[in-house]
Amino acid sequence: MESHPDLTVSVIRGLGWFYLIVAVMNAFWTYRVFRSGAHYNSIAGFKDVPKAATWGLYTVVLAMLSFAHVIVDSTPADFLFRLPVGFKNLVDVVIANPISYFAVSMVIFVAMILLRRVWTRPTVAWVLLNIAMLFLGVSMTDYDFRQIVGKPDNVPIVGMLFLVGFFTWLYFYKSVENDRRIAAGEPKIEDEQSEQVLVWPDLVYTEMICMLLLTAFLIAWGIALQAPLEEPASAVKTPNPSKAPWYFLGLQEMLVYYDPWMAGVVLPSVILVGLMAIPYIDFNPKGNGYYTFEERKFSVITFLFGFLPLWVGMIVLGTFIRGPNWNMFGLYEYWDVHKLEVLNNVDLSQLFWVDWLGKPLPRPDANASALSQAGTIFLREWLGFALVLAYLFILPPLMAVTVFRSFFVKMGFLRFMVLANLILLMGALPLKMALRWAFTLKYIVSIPEWFFNI
Amino acid sequence: MSVGEYIRESQIWRSIFRHPAPYDRRNRAVVMLTNFFLHLHPVSVKQGGIALSYTWCMGGVTFFLFLVETLTGVLLMFYYRPTLEWAFTDIRALRDVTTLGIMREIHRWGAHAMVITVWLHMYRVFLTGSYKPPREFNWVVGVLLLVLTLLLSFTGYLLPWDQLAIWAITVGSNMARATPVLGHEGPGFQLLNLGGYDLITNASDARFLLLGSRFVGEETLNRFYILHCVAIPLVVATLIAIHFWRVRKDGGISQPL
Ligand code: HEM
Repeated sequence: MESHPDLTVSVIRGLGWFYLIVAVMNAFWTYRVFRSGAHYNSIAGFKDVPKAATWGLYTVVLAMLSFAHVIVDSTPADFLFRLPVGFKNLVDVVIANPISYFAVSMVIFVAMILLRRVWTRPTVAWVLLNIAMLFLGVSMTDYDFRQIVGKPDNVPIVGMLFLVGFFTWLYFYKSVENDRRIAAGEPKIEDEQSEQVLVWPDLVYTEMICMLLLTAFLIAWGIALQAPLEEPASAVKTPNPSKAPWYFLGLQEMLVYYDPWMAGVVLPSVILVGLMAIPYIDFNPKGNGYYTFEERKFSVITFLFGFLPLWVGMIVLGTFIRGPNWNMFGLYEYWDVHKLEVLNNVDLSQLFWVDWLGKPLPRPDANASALSQAGTIFLREWLGFALVLAYLFILPPLMAVTVFRSFFVKMGFLRFMVLANLILLMGALPLKMALRWAFTLKYIVSIPEWFFNI
Repeated sequence: MSVGEYIRESQIWRSIFRHPAPYDRRNRAVVMLTNFFLHLHPVSVKQGGIALSYTWCMGGVTFFLFLVETLTGVLLMFYYRPTLEWAFTDIRALRDVTTLGIMREIHRWGAHAMVITVWLHMYRVFLTGSYKPPREFNWVVGVLLLVLTLLLSFTGYLLPWDQLAIWAITVGSNMARATPVLGHEGPGFQLLNLGGYDLITNASDARFLLLGSRFVGEETLNRFYILHCVAIPLVVATLIAIHFWRVRKDGGISQPL
């Protein structure tokens, strides 16, 4: 089968312009490095090679690459600069599997925090940015990647990923610097900017320029990319997959692990209440009005965990990777409606009664009184109820006397309980994922009679 | 006397701008106090409070995008009728015939951008610890603004009335069916009953309230249209006013104590 059905000349030329942007960016970078005068002591026998030379070389290669793309007019199918199939398959295997997807995102998350002093160095960050852009560019030669990433409504998400990456970098960059200064007893970055200035002109001019640039940007974007309009609505033709708007795809992803009442109502409410509760449960007075990591590690790590892997990560998963029948597809994989995924998840009650005790599931007698039916149901689900109640009510006091002891002392009973429950509810998603993957567990408590499944 | 001076000396000009142009220090302060739009701002601020690398300007950008959405939204309302008969064709006409049809593109991309910038604004406010006392309550106002921004975007998503629209709204609003107690497929819906008759059915539950119907139909279009164009924007505008007022009252942009 032809794997690049429409690598057209216009796509290749478009990529050429994209590489040209990367080249121009690197030309500026080369100039910056040149101005700093940095040198390698010796490289391949040459002494005192300016670092700018390497960047200059790289920029020239990019420019040539761009040129080769822009002037192309041969048959696009012969075009050579694309991803090797082996690489694509590898990426697909890792990404199309929830376990490895989540594992990789956790590794990146932990590395981001532990290696913050390394990757906030401008050169390292610049290399990472280049890798990300080249990855995006080369991947565009793949038909399936282009189909999903190039969808008009998905373009902003790609932009968001770069923005989130940039601002996360900026945060860590400033925090690393401030933390160093605090440790050395020097004034913080923000302390140096305490001079009082007039709003006219210092602020209003910035605002004015911002507004002009944004207006220009929106108009350019509007001209370049047409807003999507599909076929007229039809209540009988259900698209496969049916997706919520992209900013809700994190919630839709939770539906894989929880029933709608949890994923669609309870957990979103918990997220909102939890966000509003933050100022009232974070008792740490430090880190107010300046960037720091060391002084508020716990709250920052918790928030970053919720925002990066759980919120943004799940949106990426829901947008780019969930395909027909809500199966997972690699970035370069064809969205095959017939892709089969074996799903034989079992409930905890099933595991307990049938697999472990070797008995049949207790079944409520349809003719018995409502109360006795409820009794049978509780008997059937007792283990799940016990676990859930223990998770929500026994674990917090346990946390209070062990790992969170110092928190508990400072926060008092009520605040601590709110904090503990919010953390546990946030952990409920990764926990259920892990249970699903380890034991193919479907529901911990499963009472379809009452639409009550956890 | 040059033309410019002539205009600036005229009674009309001086009735609008009561003070001389902001060329010197005194008038630069006065302009901030006497201009309705500028009086949102204080006269002077700490340098760090307006440093782009500190605020990321994301709150301001969100506000600007809200204004862009209001403007383009009003223009779109001139061309759009929220009925099954016209909704889709009116949107298609924006693309094919209407001169300023690009308003739709700007409105849509602006909406996406606003969702993103509001997240980034929250991200920065968290990372600078700006929700800490005395700014706790403004953070809460912010969270409300965040929810309303998402709801604005969500209600607007339905209006083009194409496949993308109704199915995204169907998927999104199906959740309401499972609301505990108040959704007809939610746990405990049987609790609300009168003499054995369920009060919560698919024609009286939370989802019905949202859609005005048992499925995404013409009533839904009408409801979402009103929410999108009138109700939510009014609430958002009010909350933004409170949000800005609180920024000032809480002592301006956060800085090291
Ligand atoms: C429609 C949405 C919003 C608009 C238009 C808006 C606008 C603004 C603006 C213009 C500022 C001034 C400083 C800056 O630009 O960073 C600000 C500050 C602030 N915002 Fe928002 N905001 C919105 C949503 C939010 C959200 C979602 C939160 C948090 C959950 C939030 C919390 C705050 C706080 C605590 C401050 C004070 C920050 C400081 O003093 O450093 N806002 N907002």
